[in-house]
Amino acid sequence: MVAVTLWGSLAELAEGPREVEVEATNLRELLAALEAAYPALGPQLARGVSVSIDGKIYNDSWFQPIHEASEVVLLNRLEGG
Amino acid sequence: MAKDEFEKREFKVVGTRVARPDGLDKVTGRARYGADMSAPGMLVGYCLRSPHAHARIKSIDTSEAEAMAGVKAVITRADFTNVPASDGTRDILDNVMANDKALYDGHTVAAVAATSRSAAKAALKAIKVDYEVLPHVTDVDAAMLPGAPELHQGRQQESVPEGFSQNVLARSQYGHGDVDAGFAQADVIIERSFKTAATHQGYIEPHACLATMGNDNQGDLFCCTQGHYMVRNTCADILGMESGRLRVTASEIGGGFGGKTTVFLEPVALMLSKKSGKPVKMTMSRDEVMRASGPTASTSIDIKIGTTRDGVITAATGEFRYQSGCFYAMNGALGAMCGFAPYDLENLKSVGWEVTTNRPKAAAYRAPGAPMAAFAVESVVDEVAKEIGMDPIDFRLKNAADEGTKSAYGPTYPAIGLRATLEAAKAHPHWSAPLGKNQGRGVGCGFWFNFGGDTCVSLMLNPDGTVSLSEGNPDIGGSRASMSMMAAEELGVPYENVRTIVADTASLGQNEVTDGSRVTFAVGLATIKAARHAIEIMKARAAATWGIDAEAVEWVDGAAQPAGPNAGKFPPLTVKEIAATMSNTGGPIAGHFEANAEGAGVSFGTHICDTEVDPETGAVKILRYTVFQDAGKAVHPDYVEGQLQGGAVQGIGWALNEEYIYGEDGTLQNAGYLDYRIPVASDLPMIEPVILEIPNPGHPYGVRGVGETGIVPPLATIANAVSRAAGVRMTSLPMSPPKVLAAIKAN
Amino acid sequence: MSRIHVTTTVNGDAVDYLCEADDTLLDVLRDQLDLTGSKEGCASGDCGACTVELDGRLVCSCLVLGAEAEGRTVETIEGMANGDVLHPLQKNFIEKAALQCGVCTPGILVAAKNLLDHTPDPSEEEVRYWLAGNLCRCTGYDKIIRAVLDTAAEMRGAA
Repeated sequence: MVAVTLWGSLAELAEGPREVEVEATNLRELLAALEAAYPALGPQLARGVSVSIDGKIYNDSWFQPIHEASEVVLLNRLEGG
Repeated sequence: MAKDEFEKREFKVVGTRVARPDGLDKVTGRARYGADMSAPGMLVGYCLRSPHAHARIKSIDTSEAEAMAGVKAVITRADFTNVPASDGTRDILDNVMANDKALYDGHTVAAVAATSRSAAKAALKAIKVDYEVLPHVTDVDAAMLPGAPELHQGRQQESVPEGFSQNVLARSQYGHGDVDAGFAQADVIIERSFKTAATHQGYIEPHACLATMGNDNQGDLFCCTQGHYMVRNTCADILGMESGRLRVTASEIGGGFGGKTTVFLEPVALMLSKKSGKPVKMTMSRDEVMRASGPTASTSIDIKIGTTRDGVITAATGEFRYQSGCFYAMNGALGAMCGFAPYDLENLKSVGWEVTTNRPKAAAYRAPGAPMAAFAVESVVDEVAKEIGMDPIDFRLKNAADEGTKSAYGPTYPAIGLRATLEAAKAHPHWSAPLGKNQGRGVGCGFWFNFGGDTCVSLMLNPDGTVSLSEGNPDIGGSRASMSMMAAEELGVPYENVRTIVADTASLGQNEVTDGSRVTFAVGLATIKAARHAIEIMKARAAATWGIDAEAVEWVDGAAQPAGPNAGKFPPLTVKEIAATMSNTGGPIAGHFEANAEGAGVSFGTHICDTEVDPETGAVKILRYTVFQDAGKAVHPDYVEGQLQGGAVQGIGWALNEEYIYGEDGTLQNAGYLDYRIPVASDLPMIEPVILEIPNPGHPYGVRGVGETGIVPPLATIANAVSRAAGVRMTSLPMSPPKVLAAIKAN
Repeated sequence: MSRIHVTTTVNGDAVDYLCEADDTLLDVLRDQLDLTGSKEGCASGDCGACTVELDGRLVCSCLVLGAEAEGRTVETIEGMANGDVLHPLQKNFIEKAALQCGVCTPGILVAAKNLLDHTPDPSEEEVRYWLAGNLCRCTGYDKIIRAVLDTAAEMRGAA
């Protein structure tokens, strides 16, 4: 299981704690598992999120590996100038 | 890019100050920017824009305009029959050509292509638009209230609680710990509210493009943009064509700063060209740039910070309310994530709000959302430090985020450079220099994420041993030079032997926009990998030439050589020698690299500023300014310094003068450089840049993006300096003379 | 619409053109003579990107009518180098990284050359005030001011 930290308003939608656990070995599995376990997150996941894995931020890379000990944090999808 | 890429090495080319390859074109006037290209038989296109802040479009009659001499096409929204696939692109279409409502002063409602400017302008006057003027709102706090004039219905996201107008589109909460418990431990609590005005990126080159499109749904577009692949994809989606049938070439770009990360004229020009059957050139006037491109958000922010007497922050909260114009943009959330990022906080609650108003849709502006948040947070940090009698740098050092700190936006930091910038600032002579009467010194910190994203690079070996490098990101601040330098470094050839060009969309795979300070990091990484790919091929060719295994060849100083005595005894084969025989050894040699270069490293900066406030007029003079920023590795130090200096000066303008001023009728009152005053040379002292190099583990040379962080600290830094000089806390930007004078008098 | 016939001198060459009454000199330079080095940043005389010399005086070519050039001499950025030999300002702007995007560069170079023609030893303050009518949004002006001061010193040394 991987521990995933949700940002506050996302946790409120999930009606759960700030940290949830899902079964995933990469980014794609993580997002799919989150949506399956917490359907209320669907609209935000569809709009897009960024995911910090061990301090580095990923937007799209499905096959980015995630380990059980990885620190995983969901963020609003980032945009730059 | 999960694994660490960085390897310590001695550089030969990287870190030097070579001449940029586009320099000659730019000092002789030869360089072709967006408005500098023409085509045979070209028409000129112009937009008709709404004079109202908010109005229903009841009807548009173009018949008279269409019949006028020289007029070849008139278009309205009715010509855009395709429905774009994505919500974001639908908003862009609604922004570039109004649908049923004009949502801001300057919103395009129709466009004309004609054989001359005078014919086109006459035709614009002949278009009859029947408007039903609606109530409008431009202020963020007013827009949030129930009963405010509403722009859209049904767009509110599920994160917004009840009790707000439909203009409130999203709410994002970040933070951790228990702020109530934290504030209970505090000896001193300071709470302040702040306002910042919307500002414009102020690039000197207005948007411009030249479009050629036929009824075979095939097109060519030349335009100034930060991302020609984005232009291609967005225009293709809007026009309902296959993206591969549209080739976009990026012109030289006359500044962007985030403002050229979307489209405005391009789909309109393509539609005019398609309808008229002729090439169409469009250029915006400055008035149009101000009224109808993408300025930044205006904000309303509440900050509360509690600390112990010995300087430990026990809790902090922030409410970041951002209006981003007439469609959704994520700015408030970025403010909520970035504002407190420099600090190690046990208890934090930080909330960002996205609000629509009757203003042009905000575009990104250099570290979007972060400068205003830093202004508010760093102002209270400064005030708290003053209240407990602590040096403001010492107070920041005591609470500074480090490797291992849980960041304000959630993740734990890897190695970061914040403390290094604070310590460098404290040790710098500027911090201890004496100040005179009516003078004040401010310090401020800033944070930005930096991005990576889709990136392609091709590196071609020419028969004479020189190298041609193709990248797909418009060069906005000298990146062609940086790419040539990194390729030369890796290959072991002179800088002059590598020429880098920005390829069009048909010549290289998909590239993310030049944004998020990503280019030197991500395109640099791709360049190094493409060079390594070419080196592998060259080693194999040398091995075949010598009749030994490729594994027995190593690459040293621009040449293949046997890896050791057992590999055999052969004189090295240089790039030039390998190139000379490449037709014999297997054919052309090229290296390439394509990847989504995610995992960029975050960046911090600390600024110091001295100001003098004239107590008679409220005018503020910047006396001295020093920037400290972590660049990871400065590939071309001149251009890194240029980014730090340019960012600081844009921040100075934002802090002191620049603001979007709307009238009672919701129209923009200062749509030009005379009344929207950006800093000029005589306003400024020299800006001293101090580059720190804490290598980014995610890049082979340790490079971090540097472009955006420089604009994050100035608003706060200058506000802190002015507040100390004037003896009164300034909480509203810009700190224009009337505002400063009023604050002094009220004190 | 009837057009006005104008005969003038641009960068030392005799040229003539037909322009509409409300065409600016900048319009004529860019659209008719293909001298696109002068840029339109504002069309209101506030940004200086279209700066040229008219009879040796600095003007914003967006504030001069094309018809007003009759019988005058116009110098633009395209005439600044002597063949393939760059003016020292041009050379130093490249060497000292005094440009980023480069769109303000032609106007700044024309204005700086005009300054050095009259004032070979300007102070930093003089350079800053002389160039106050030329907006640059990329550089913060730092490297521009330094390049102009360094060029002035170099040209004095060479003279």
